[in-house]
Amino acid sequence: MAIGPIERTAKDIVLTVQEYSLFAYRAVMNLFRPPRYWTDFLIQCNIIGVGSAAIVLLSGFFTGGVLALQSAATLSEFGATAVTGRFVSTTMIRELGPVLTGIMVAGRNASSMASELGSMVVTEQIDAMRALGVDPMRKLVTPRLFACISMLFFLTILADFFGIVGGGFVTVFMNHQNGTQYLSMAWEHIHLPDIVQGLVKPLFSGFIIASLGCFYGMRTTGGTEGVGRSTIDAVVFSSVIIIFADFLLTQVLLTFFPPI
Amino acid sequence: MQNPAPAAAEPDQPAPPAPLNPIVEFRHVSIAFDGPPVLQDVSFTVSPNETRILLGPAGVGKSVLLKLINGLLHPDSGSILLFGQEITTMKEENLFPLRTRTGMVFQEGALFDSLTVRDNVAYQLIQEQVPDDEIDRRVHQALTFVELDSTFHFFPVSLSGGMKRRVAIARALIHQPELILYDSPTGGLDPITSTTIIELVMKERDFFRIPSLLVTHRLQDAFTLCSHHFDPALGHMVPLPKGQTDPNTTFLMLEEGRLIFDGSIRELVRSQNPFVKEFLE
Repeated sequence: MAIGPIERTAKDIVLTVQEYSLFAYRAVMNLFRPPRYWTDFLIQCNIIGVGSAAIVLLSGFFTGGVLALQSAATLSEFGATAVTGRFVSTTMIRELGPVLTGIMVAGRNASSMASELGSMVVTEQIDAMRALGVDPMRKLVTPRLFACISMLFFLTILADFFGIVGGGFVTVFMNHQNGTQYLSMAWEHIHLPDIVQGLVKPLFSGFIIASLGCFYGMRTTGGTEGVGRSTIDAVVFSSVIIIFADFLLTQVLLTFFPPI
Repeated sequence: MQNPAPAAAEPDQPAPPAPLNPIVEFRHVSIAFDGPPVLQDVSFTVSPNETRILLGPAGVGKSVLLKLINGLLHPDSGSILLFGQEITTMKEENLFPLRTRTGMVFQEGALFDSLTVRDNVAYQLIQEQVPDDEIDRRVHQALTFVELDSTFHFFPVSLSGGMKRRVAIARALIHQPELILYDSPTGGLDPITSTTIIELVMKERDFFRIPSLLVTHRLQDAFTLCSHHFDPALGHMVPLPKGQTDPNTTFLMLEEGRLIFDGSIRELVRSQNPFVKEFLE
């Protein structure tokens, strides 16, 4: 039985997980020791936060709209179209806002981090930085990590808001329902546990996106082809792990904050 | 960069006595990457004022050796001393202060392509939060040294290969390093540009007298460095009198990861080692 390739693959996976854990640990701990590169942090906040605002806003708006369309059709069978607002707001805030924002930002920023750092690795710019006495982990990775965590928090709020607006737009202009009723239902049924659930998740998603984007970028080998491979790995793994982490977090958060 | 130009190297023939405290010392260093060893049992030193030229064909481990010197790679066995400090087991964070005392010129320049030439050359100074006026003055000085002051605001993408190497030399020199490492600075360049780069290396050697280690597989570059000196009055290199060579410029040669030669140019050309003879031919 050909056990060799299986053993090798298993070892590679364990080694990758180990390297990633050490990488993420170093990136986090760098925040607590100088030097700290605040300018780079602000630049990354601009790239990740401002740069991703448009796609997050649009995807939030249309997701809210789709939710209103789909739910109104089903709810009308039970004569409950009045609760469309509640359905849209709760779904956006608890689940779709954080997850969709995470996946959209992963597609845009995990890929950009992996390709940017990967290109720097293959052109020896990372080695040049180390040779000039600057730690690339502190200069490049830690600012991206904390900028991504902070910005994803705000981007999720943006996605939630525009999701509810999108749902309202469809409710009023396409389903011809009462807008005030939609908004009051949306507002009255949002509770603190929903908000906590919705805003804890992006902190984890932000960490996953930046740490995986930078990790795959920094371990790039094999020239420009390697950069492409790193970029794909960063986007694929961060998207899948965001959804997996969302599943685990939902389980945990539902224990602490059961639905009202 | 403020050192006055000293007189060109005196072309006396006997090799100078080896100083007590080498800048770099390799002791039985070996390293491998998922395969056969890249370097095996390599031992040598770089002394103050010394320019060492590391020869060998492509893929023999020259660049790896250079990266071992300032701790960008760690050996599997043996020890490396940089400025008298053992760096083999040193943590990365402790290596950074040592690296700021060395300048390194990478094979393709390795300039940061998102930064201007000014910011590339001033990279270390910017990290140290040196005032902008002081940075501009020192960058102009460094770029003037490599005769590229006009590229101050350019981005690396608009520079030719040779210009990138010259900017990389300026970046390596701006912090007044105590050791310079050149990784194939003329690799892939046309002969005229190569000569310009070698003249700059020579200018640095004879002007600042910073010890250096230069990796190359081009014999012509190595012999030019040995047989010429930079004349500050004329502003270019001139040949040393016939039969004379620079006594502080010495050679190392690698063959399949092993150091097979360590000595002066005279010893090199008289070597009976078959590989050395073949390489020189």
